[in-house]
Amino acid sequence: MKETIVKVSSVLTGLWIVLKHAFRKPTTIRYPEERRRLPERSRGRHYLTKWSDGLERCVGCELCAIVCPSQAIYVKPAENDPKAPNSRGERYASDFQINMLRCIYCGYCEEACPTGAIILSSEYELSAFSREDLIFTKDKLTEKKPGDSGRDPAREI
Amino acid sequence: MWEQILAVIVKGVIIILILMGAAAYMTFLERVIMARMQLRLGPNRVGPLGLLQPIADGIKLLTKESFMPARVEIFTYWLAPAISLMTAFMAFVLIPFGDTITLWGHSVSLRIADVNGGFVWLLAFSSLAVYGIVLAGWSSNSRYSLLGGLRATAQMISYEIPMGLSLLTIALATGTLSLPEIVNAQQQHWLLWTNPLSFIIYLVTAFAETNRAPFDLPEAEHELTAGYQTEYGGLKFAIFFMAEYINILAVSAIAVTLFLGGWHGPWNIPILWFVVKVAFFVFLFIWVRATMARFRYDQLMSFGWKVLLPLALLNLLVTAYLVLV
Repeated sequence: MKETIVKVSSVLTGLWIVLKHAFRKPTTIRYPEERRRLPERSRGRHYLTKWSDGLERCVGCELCAIVCPSQAIYVKPAENDPKAPNSRGERYASDFQINMLRCIYCGYCEEACPTGAIILSSEYELSAFSREDLIFTKDKLTEKKPGDSGRDPAREI
Repeated sequence: MWEQILAVIVKGVIIILILMGAAAYMTFLERVIMARMQLRLGPNRVGPLGLLQPIADGIKLLTKESFMPARVEIFTYWLAPAISLMTAFMAFVLIPFGDTITLWGHSVSLRIADVNGGFVWLLAFSSLAVYGIVLAGWSSNSRYSLLGGLRATAQMISYEIPMGLSLLTIALATGTLSLPEIVNAQQQHWLLWTNPLSFIIYLVTAFAETNRAPFDLPEAEHELTAGYQTEYGGLKFAIFFMAEYINILAVSAIAVTLFLGGWHGPWNIPILWFVVKVAFFVFLFIWVRATMARFRYDQLMSFGWKVLLPLALLNLLVTAYLVLV
């Protein structure tokens, strides 16, 4: 008898708990209209940042390409023209490609970079209609104006 | 004579259309309510608040390819969904939705047929419902379907008896088998208060009769893919689906008629109270589905035969004693 009462009351408790949940705010959000706030340090697509004077930070050292565990980065360095330099160092990256399909967003490239040129922003909406479109080239990666990526352009690294 | 026939046909068509629409929107309601109970949003894209979702689903099912597995029993395979839907509709021939009202000078009684033995008809057609499922399972020539159909047979037979016994107490208490008279006998107080045990037994068996959670063994998706409807697609599947939801409406309507005082309620508004009470039962069905896990097969059987049946018998005996003395 006691067992039966326990069973029946547990069924009723279950029903009550479920009913209570119906009046809670749903965890799901209407995604494209509403967006969840991401954690501060979440990692998304890359940016190649600039100094505040508009010079590129990347000096074409290829450390990011070396450290990349999924070999997603290709850097083609070139000598700077001393009269009109692209970066503050001797060299700069004449071509810089990241295959976003290979990238695992580990952030090693950002850690390896001696000048703080390559950073991972928190933009995660990466989609395209072809594989080629997801190989980001230098003009797509480089920020248009210093500070566009959200990082302070005056920072040291 | 002709006027009566016309009235019955018009009422029948209206009820069928309302039931079809209600079944379509019950699927939507179920998805939204279950979603809210599971902290999700549910369908909300098609139309305002997702209200056009059932229509979109209907169009999708209509335009699906009509496939048939190899070596099915073609006649039975096509007949099974029709049987399911028809038996689901049959209960509504008798359900009184309200008292007689006056429309454009005609007095219209809000029921299709007033059969003096309506009670027996109800029980008969709720028993026939199993044929749609069993034949679907048998004719599909698939293991999943067959197992689902067999489970449905065992389950329906086990739960039919306590259901009938619990409903018999109503016939004993009111002394009539006619549904409108049973409703009218509840003007002072609902039969729910005098026969609470019958109501509980009826409710449990109603869940089993409609193959809803926690008694959805015939279509247990974890074990049997979709049970008896595994090999059905497109419109034939839609008909099974619709039959299931109209069955829910039917058992809810029977519960309202027999236990909750039918159309009676404050201010004597026709139909409204009936609809409100049925809506409550529909919500209950969804609510229970969101809460309970499925029974194991042996639990289902022992619950039906060892708990519900003795309880229903005892209930019947006590009611009979109280009526006699």
